[in-house]
Amino acid sequence: MKKTTRVRVEVNGEVRVLDVQPFRRLLDVLRDELRLTGTKEGCGEGECGACTVLIDGEPVCSCLVAAGQVDGRTVTTVEGLANGELMHDVQTALIEHGGTQCGICTPGIAVCAAWAIEREPDASRERLRELLAGNICRCTGYQLIVDAVADAARRRRS
Amino acid sequence: MTAYLRPGSVELALAARAQHPDWIVLAGGTDLMVAADKQDPPPGILDIFGLPELTSIEEEADGAVIIGAAAPYASMLTSELVARELPLLHAAAREVGAAQIQARGTLGGNIGTSSPVGDSLPVLLALDAEIVLGSTGGRRWVPYRDFCTGYRATVLGPDELMLAVRFPPRPAGLIQVWRKVGTRRAQSISKVAMAAAATLDDGRIAHVRIGLGAVADRPFRARGVEAALAGQVPGEAVAEAARRALAAEIAPIDDVRSTADYRLGVAQNLVARFVMRLAEQSA
Repeated sequence: MKKTTRVRVEVNGEVRVLDVQPFRRLLDVLRDELRLTGTKEGCGEGECGACTVLIDGEPVCSCLVAAGQVDGRTVTTVEGLANGELMHDVQTALIEHGGTQCGICTPGIAVCAAWAIEREPDASRERLRELLAGNICRCTGYQLIVDAVADAARRRRS
Repeated sequence: MTAYLRPGSVELALAARAQHPDWIVLAGGTDLMVAADKQDPPPGILDIFGLPELTSIEEEADGAVIIGAAAPYASMLTSELVARELPLLHAAAREVGAAQIQARGTLGGNIGTSSPVGDSLPVLLALDAEIVLGSTGGRRWVPYRDFCTGYRATVLGPDELMLAVRFPPRPAGLIQVWRKVGTRRAQSISKVAMAAAATLDDGRIAHVRIGLGAVADRPFRARGVEAALAGQVPGEAVAEAARRALAAEIAPIDDVRSTADYRLGVAQNLVARFVMRLAEQSA
C-alpha cells in the first residue's frame, strides 16, 4: 500500500506536484521538500503566527495544515510576496521603519500584513493591530511594526 | 501510512465515516494538528474543510439560523446575518484566536472537542443551540446541553458526522452579552468566559440563559443563577443573589492558566455585571 498522497498545489504562482504523507504539516513540506525556508517555525501550536502563509488568499498557520489539505489550493509564502526584484510594500516599509529585530517573526508578519492591507486598506491603526494580533514578536514591542504596516497601507491607498 | 479522502458531498462523507470510523475527521486542524509532527499519524484523514454543504450560514423561515459545522469563524465574522441575529456568537468568534485561527477554526471543531474552555460553547448553551448529526442511517438533533456529557465527552457516534448547528428563533428583545477574560484579547485560552442572554418583561427578567467556560469539567450552564434571576427586577440585590447562586453551583480548579479562587471571583463578577447591564436596560 502506498505511503503517500499526490497533491497538486500552486505555490507562489508555480504549480507543484508532490507526493506527500498527508498528515505531514504544510510547514514541513514547504521548508524540507520545497526548500522555502523563509517560513519559520515558532511554537508549532498555532499561537505565534511565525509560520503564517496564505492559502487561497487567507492567512493560516502552516503548522496546523495537513499537507493533504492543500491539494488544488494556492499557497503564498513570504518568498511569493515580492514581484521579482521589487519588494512588496510591507517589506519595504518594515525595512524603512525598522519593524524587525531578530527576524524570526518577520516573514509571518509580512505575509499577514500583506493580507491585512489588501483586505482593509482603510483600516485604522487599532484595526491593523487586531488583524495582526495572531503574530507574536518578542523583540520590537510592536510599535515599529504597526508604523510600518500603517505606512504600507497608506502607500496602497495612494 | 495515512489514507486521505476529501469527499465532494455530505452523502459521500457519511459513507466514508461509516466505512472508516477509526479515521480522524479533519476540518481546519487548529486542534487536531497541534504538534502533528510529534503525533503518530492517524490511519486516515476524512477532510471536510470547505465542503460547501457544511459551510453555509442560512436563516430559516421561522427565524432559526443554521451554521454549517465546517464554517470557519471568519465566515461568521463577515456574515451580516450572524452580526444581526447572533451578536453573542459574533462577539465570541472575534475573540477566537486571531485571523489565522479564525480562517480555519470551525464551530464543529469546537463542539467535537468540547473542551471546557472552547469559546463558542457557552454561546451554544446561552442560545439553546442544537447540533445536527448525520449518519448513513439518517439525521438527529441534539441540544448542546445534552451533547457534551463530561470532560471532552460527547454523544457523537463513531459513524456520525456533525453537519450543522441550529440556533432556534430567539425571543423578541433578547439581550446578548459575551465576555471573555484571558491574558490578552487575541490568541489566549480563556481563564473564564461567559455567554449570557435574557429578556425583560415589564422590568423583570423573563427568559434567561447563562453559559460559562472554564469553570467546570465541561461548558457549564448556570441553572442556579438562572433560577435566582428569573422573575426578578435586576439591581444590586439581584446581582448579589447571582453571585451567591453561582458560588453554590461551580467549583473551578487551579491550573496553568488561573486559580480556582480567581476563576470563581471573576465568574461572579461577570454574572453580577450582566445583571447590572440588565438593570440599565430596564431603567
